[in-house]
Amino acid sequence: MNEFVAPPIDWAAVSPVLIVLAAGVLGVLLEAFVPARARRGTQLTLTLGAIVGSLVAVGLLWDRVQEGAVAVVGGSYLLTPFGLGVQAVIGVCALLGVLVVAERTTTGQDAFAPAAAAVPGTAYEDETRRAGLQQTEIYPLLLFSTGGMLLFPATDDLIVMFVALEVLSLPLYVLCATARRRRLLSQEAAFKYFVLGAFASALFIFGIALVYGFAGTVRLQGVVQVLADPSVSPLGTMPALVVLGLLLVLSGLLFKIGAAPFHAWTPDVYQGAPTPITGFMAACTKAAAMGALVRVLFTLSNGLDPATRHDVEVALWAVAILTMLVGTVVGAVQTDVKRLLAYSAIAHAGFLLVGVVGPDGAGAQAVLFYLLAYGLASIGAFAVVTLVRERTVSGDESADRSPTGPVPDDGVVLGEATRLAQWAGLGRRAPWLTAAFSLFLLSMAGIPLTAGFVAKFGVFSAAVEAGAWPLALLGVLASAVSVFFYVRVIVLMVLTPPPARDPGTASTGSGPAAGAAPTGGGTAGGGGTATVTGEATRTLVSRTVVTVVGSRGPAAFAIAVCAVGVLLLGVLPAGALDLVGQAAQFRP
Amino acid sequence: MTMSTGFPWLTVLIVWPLVAAAATALTGVGRGRPAAGAVTGAGRFGAGAARTVALVGALVEVVLLAGAFAAFDTGDAGTHQLTQTASWIPALGASYAVGVDGVGLLMVALSVGLVPLVILAAWREQGGDHVRLRRYLATVLLLEAFMVTVFVARDVFLFYVVFEAMLIPAYFLIGGFGQGPQRRYAAVKFLLFSLAGGLVMLVGVIALYLQVPAADRGPQTFLTDNLTGLTLDPTAEKLMFAAFFLAFAIKAPMFPVHSWLPDVTQHATAGTSTLLICVLDKVGTFGMLTLCLPLFPGASRWAAPFVIVLAVISILYGAILAIGQSDVLRLIGYTSVSHFGFIILGIFTFTSLGTAGSGLMMLNHGISTGALFLVAGFAIARHPRQSQLIADYGGLRTVAPVLGGTFLVAGLSAAALPGLATFVSEIMVFLGSYARWPAAVLVAVPAVVLAAVYVLLTYQRMFTGPVVPDLAGARDLDGREKTVAGVLVAALLVLGLAPGPVLDYVRAPGEVAVEQVGETDPPPEVEPAAASAGPDGTAPSTTRVTTEGSLL
Repeated sequence: MNEFVAPPIDWAAVSPVLIVLAAGVLGVLLEAFVPARARRGTQLTLTLGAIVGSLVAVGLLWDRVQEGAVAVVGGSYLLTPFGLGVQAVIGVCALLGVLVVAERTTTGQDAFAPAAAAVPGTAYEDETRRAGLQQTEIYPLLLFSTGGMLLFPATDDLIVMFVALEVLSLPLYVLCATARRRRLLSQEAAFKYFVLGAFASALFIFGIALVYGFAGTVRLQGVVQVLADPSVSPLGTMPALVVLGLLLVLSGLLFKIGAAPFHAWTPDVYQGAPTPITGFMAACTKAAAMGALVRVLFTLSNGLDPATRHDVEVALWAVAILTMLVGTVVGAVQTDVKRLLAYSAIAHAGFLLVGVVGPDGAGAQAVLFYLLAYGLASIGAFAVVTLVRERTVSGDESADRSPTGPVPDDGVVLGEATRLAQWAGLGRRAPWLTAAFSLFLLSMAGIPLTAGFVAKFGVFSAAVEAGAWPLALLGVLASAVSVFFYVRVIVLMVLTPPPARDPGTASTGSGPAAGAAPTGGGTAGGGGTATVTGEATRTLVSRTVVTVVGSRGPAAFAIAVCAVGVLLLGVLPAGALDLVGQAAQFRP
Repeated sequence: MTMSTGFPWLTVLIVWPLVAAAATALTGVGRGRPAAGAVTGAGRFGAGAARTVALVGALVEVVLLAGAFAAFDTGDAGTHQLTQTASWIPALGASYAVGVDGVGLLMVALSVGLVPLVILAAWREQGGDHVRLRRYLATVLLLEAFMVTVFVARDVFLFYVVFEAMLIPAYFLIGGFGQGPQRRYAAVKFLLFSLAGGLVMLVGVIALYLQVPAADRGPQTFLTDNLTGLTLDPTAEKLMFAAFFLAFAIKAPMFPVHSWLPDVTQHATAGTSTLLICVLDKVGTFGMLTLCLPLFPGASRWAAPFVIVLAVISILYGAILAIGQSDVLRLIGYTSVSHFGFIILGIFTFTSLGTAGSGLMMLNHGISTGALFLVAGFAIARHPRQSQLIADYGGLRTVAPVLGGTFLVAGLSAAALPGLATFVSEIMVFLGSYARWPAAVLVAVPAVVLAAVYVLLTYQRMFTGPVVPDLAGARDLDGREKTVAGVLVAALLVLGLAPGPVLDYVRAPGEVAVEQVGETDPPPEVEPAAASAGPDGTAPSTTRVTTEGSLL
């Protein structure tokens, strides 16, 4: 009688998520049992293998899901073609993102702190540095996060969606705090992300509570049924509950995609997090959250009566417009590459929203393609940022080097040169890197013959088709403004001569953070952004020049794949559009 | 599904400049950068050899163009020939479809013909820095591929893609290789104006696509032919027309959205300005003729009065402002505003004579303004400070008579002196417009006088009078420069004295355009008024103009 009957589970359908999560668990165990020497290699192999395996599973499921959505445990896991498409995008982006994470460059260091728990500026930190420790827990964390992302758009159950949200977010909070350099900034970013993320989670779960109060269920399909027949649920006659709940749930999701007015965390977190993680986050989180948003929005708005649906649409219009405005206008005045890309991410969230404001799923195809195009450009762009570094100029060898000598990080190459002014003349030093970065920026700007154009064409078409042409018009104007700041960077890299080419005469080189040229004493304290530890801040010379470190393979490979992808999707998008078209048959 | 007729001349014309651009960009890579000022490169195949590669590439393109002309049947110039259609993005309804009518072929000829001259004119530019020069020339060739594509595109999506994509090389030509510290500002202004227009047009393109009933949308929806003749909702049609027209008016450039142009001409090199104003901006008027009119006939008729008023304002405003300029390149920029006014006036009069005149004027303006820019560039190169201010010159004719002579010829052609190319087309536009809009013509005619003023005044200030000390040692044109100027002046004279053969290319497309917009030529009783200038009223109007041009 009370015997527990295990529900029949379609393991194959769950496999894309399970493979990644299982590999994450395995990765944690590996941390304990594999010797330190072999840890990085093992973890990396496992991570890449798991993501590839997940992608293969997605591929194998593709045809099956085309015939009809697969519901596991009554819809707790619901694999629609669209959900599978989002999983494919997440998988591709995560694979490339992990490659960038794995990059150690010719300096032999990855982007992560040797021991993230060490308090910045302490002797312990120096110790870990000297010991050459590595924080290989990065990889299992990435896998957990990816697993959450894969689950996020593939469920019909709001509680499962909430769990997925937390599974994807918590590792990200940690990852954000693990930067090797500018650690205070990194930890501040993580804290900010965590606090605001918790706030968004609270909104999300409060929204779920209201929806549950209305419908007596947290299954989206169930809610739609109650909307159709209010007598089923005791509070079924109070649709205001579900509207408020829907808006709160959407707020939580909009926070994740970085839409205004929930965007405040984006620039700080993008700037503070280790750059490979920023790229991963920008591409994959956005895809996952957008997938979930499309799922919730299109399912629920199906059941709402036209007037209420209109109200929700108005709210989305407002968010989309505000997001595009904030992203482009504020982005245009940024002076830091990572912040600029962060505002660009906000603007892109706005363009994505333009694709979903329509009353039906016409925009789903466009959104999916957009996520892929943006993901490739975004990971590629952040990967380029990881390779452009600052290097100390040892003008006065004996005086400058001795205090920082014991710190292995010192010597030549420091952190990333993210101030825009430092990128001047990069084209002469690294023409291929510059070309790739320019391509990514042009794609983000939506210039034809890049993936970004086809993507923007798609979302704006969807909006116009849905009658939201004023939104599309605003979108294209925002695009025009955004082109201004993308092109500004390209001009800086390609057309502007570098401030000082010869390290020997680098006194005019890129100066302290404030941008003011160092006037005399080499120990002007402004070099804080470039320094490693608090102690070093006081002793390190602020004079640095910009250098491009060589990739040891993975990042260069990722950049190349992203560049080829962006071009291919721009010039010959027919194949990808067909696939996306199949995936956009969204309704179960 | 690839459909083509005969040898794919147009595709070859598109692909070859890309090959030439790549070859130019790669010539002498890794040879290092010779010291600035050194005229010859370090080695035989150093960076200095790139300009030879670029020139040869551009000349081969001219030969290919001759092939295309040979394959083109002038008897049927109103229909699109040398067509080729291939599937491109079926999901979006876009195909790779190319083909040209007479006007399109002339525009291709203008692009292809000007490029070698621009390359030749730039031979010693960029301060002797061969690496810069190599990049400049490679960008010019890349732009050539885009220019050819945009004039042969028979698919609205393809047209739009190229229309926007070509902004990027153009932007680098202005911002990267121009003159003066303000060049980046000029480049950004150019880019923002063009992109704003282009993106508004994008909304129009999408809206147009959605006008096709959902059931009829297929993999080739965007073919211009498939989009022509749709039954459109009048309001939607007007809005879409406005979206397209705004983009083209900015490109053209037309009052009141012309303000990027003078800045660009002032800060770009003469060669860049030539390509930009003489070819690239023609995409604006070409688009009005080949997209606005056939796609939105009702809205075109509706908008014609407004457009004509703006065109007339452009004509006068450009001419008046040109007179007041102190910078010679800025001055030429403003003259173009005036001339583009004429072209737009001709297009929107919806008479076969006016439209054909506009088609011809697009070619003639390209040649005469190109000659003005390049010759002015030669003059500026002779000034020790590379000054562009008219006041810094004087008496140049005395020391460089050939330079002065070619400038005068090019200028007089811009002022539509009979016997030179622009006269023929301008009189066609006037006669065509007078039949329908006599008031507009009467208001616009004084611009001809103003044109004579700005040309002759500039000539007088720069070339006559006592020689200013700075220019006392200036050389006359050398062989290379004489070639550039000679080709252009010869073209102006040939097109001015014997425009008959070229008219065959524009006449039929003009008639087709009028037919597509749903108008007929005005009844003949209006004609005598217009024809009073001509000797015989019975001959077909174009022949009459031909006779007139050659007589004078």
